[in-house]
Amino acid sequence: MSDTPHPDAAAAIARLVPAETTRAVAILTRIAGDIGLAEDAVQDALAAALAHWPVAGVPPSPVGWIVTTAKRKLIDRLRRESSREVRHVEATALEALGRADGDSDEAGGAIADDRLRMLFTCCHPALAPQVRVALTLRLVGGLTTAAIARAFLVPEATMAQRITRAKHKIRDARIPYRVPDAADLPERLAGVLAVVYLVFNEGYTASSGDQLTRGDLCTEAIRLGRLLRDLLPREPEVAGLLALMLLVDARRHTRTSADGDLVLLGDQDRTRWDRARIDDGHALVRECLRVNRPGPYQLQAAIQAVHTDAPSAAATDWPQILALYDQLLVVQPTPIVALNRAVAVAEVRGPAEALALVDALPLGGFHVFHAVRADLLRRLGRVADAALACDAAIAATANEAERAFLRQRRAAR
Amino acid sequence: MTQYLLSIYQPDGPPPPTVNLERIMADVGALTTEMQTAGAWVFAGGLHDASSATVVKAGGGDVLVTDGPYVEGKEHLGGFTVIRAADLDAALEWARKLSRATTLPIEVRPFRH
Repeated sequence: MSDTPHPDAAAAIARLVPAETTRAVAILTRIAGDIGLAEDAVQDALAAALAHWPVAGVPPSPVGWIVTTAKRKLIDRLRRESSREVRHVEATALEALGRADGDSDEAGGAIADDRLRMLFTCCHPALAPQVRVALTLRLVGGLTTAAIARAFLVPEATMAQRITRAKHKIRDARIPYRVPDAADLPERLAGVLAVVYLVFNEGYTASSGDQLTRGDLCTEAIRLGRLLRDLLPREPEVAGLLALMLLVDARRHTRTSADGDLVLLGDQDRTRWDRARIDDGHALVRECLRVNRPGPYQLQAAIQAVHTDAPSAAATDWPQILALYDQLLVVQPTPIVALNRAVAVAEVRGPAEALALVDALPLGGFHVFHAVRADLLRRLGRVADAALACDAAIAATANEAERAFLRQRRAAR
Repeated sequence: MTQYLLSIYQPDGPPPPTVNLERIMADVGALTTEMQTAGAWVFAGGLHDASSATVVKAGGGDVLVTDGPYVEGKEHLGGFTVIRAADLDAALEWARKLSRATTLPIEVRPFRH
């Protein structure tokens, strides 16, 4: 530590936000037993840093300093805020815990465990899916409430209320702050992965509004995916989800034209795909193949790997994609998977066989169903039917970019 | 330990003939014993039909008495169990068992203290 005033202190504090502060909050939540108390203590510590660091210099481990200070602030708060005996007992117990814990052990495995605890708490099944997404972005991703509100197109006050209510439910209903045991882990992990993928998809195809991609959410989901992979390196579905997101996101910038219009996979400029993401994704898919415990995310990632492997649309290995969809349909027998499989069937066995499969699916309210039908009908020369299907697709989507694309396709034929 | 109210929601009127009441009573009885053995059971009760309810509401110096349940609906509170559990996961596990035994939806709510 230097004795001279430190002009970089403010910048150092700014850098602590958001990744390091979410770490500090995760640690303090375990100690305090309450997310709200933990957040307040970390805020106190950040305020102290703002006052202290410009004078004393930035400490060698800023996070360690924040955690240690936040612990002290928490004890102060518990003593100050209530004269009740019980609070004093808590504070005394915390002081003892703080001494036993030491401050140095927070740098390693304990942090990872606490972040994982936080993730499982945010994604608890007793919280509504929307709430899980918001809490995860706030408490694990470190996004501000304002940013989350913008991403989900709701007023900031609404989002703030949603997050506050959720934190109160966690406290009042005692949603546990722990990683589920081995028996419950697969089911609960699937829930966590679903939340991360929901964040990604919300970013990839905005469900409403006129902008097709909200890249910040995709980037955030990939960051969460990497974090999960660091925390649970031996779960192949975690690697599968990360690979899937990387391979889909690698094409993000070619998915819309300069005018903001939708560009289909076959028409995208493959030289503009993000090679680094594709290489990362392919490496993860290869790793999954070695582990050989396939699951839905790994299979979807493998399908994306085949697409991104092809130097041109014409060179796509469709039989391989169809084989992967066959496997996916076994582990995830949903109409959406069947619809995607039918697209591969059309490439391998022709549009007539694919149309028969598509027509049997109960997906009348889903715009992609109608868009796929329109394409198959057009390829079969049934122009009038194709136009009707296209109209149905336009009626079923709220995304302006997709609507414009469908209108254009309809006019072109 | 937190106490939780497990509310059993029941459709109004007599149960359909497909419901095996004897089996349900036996399952609920076995679960009550299991809860008591585990030290989780605090209190429980079954209620008469919602049509037997009376609502009393004080306001403006008067007290209004009305016939029937407070909330209109096709389903009403049919019974409840109060349990104590370490956290929500433990409470949900008991609720899962109670739902299976009663074949009815269970609402889980923590007590304030």
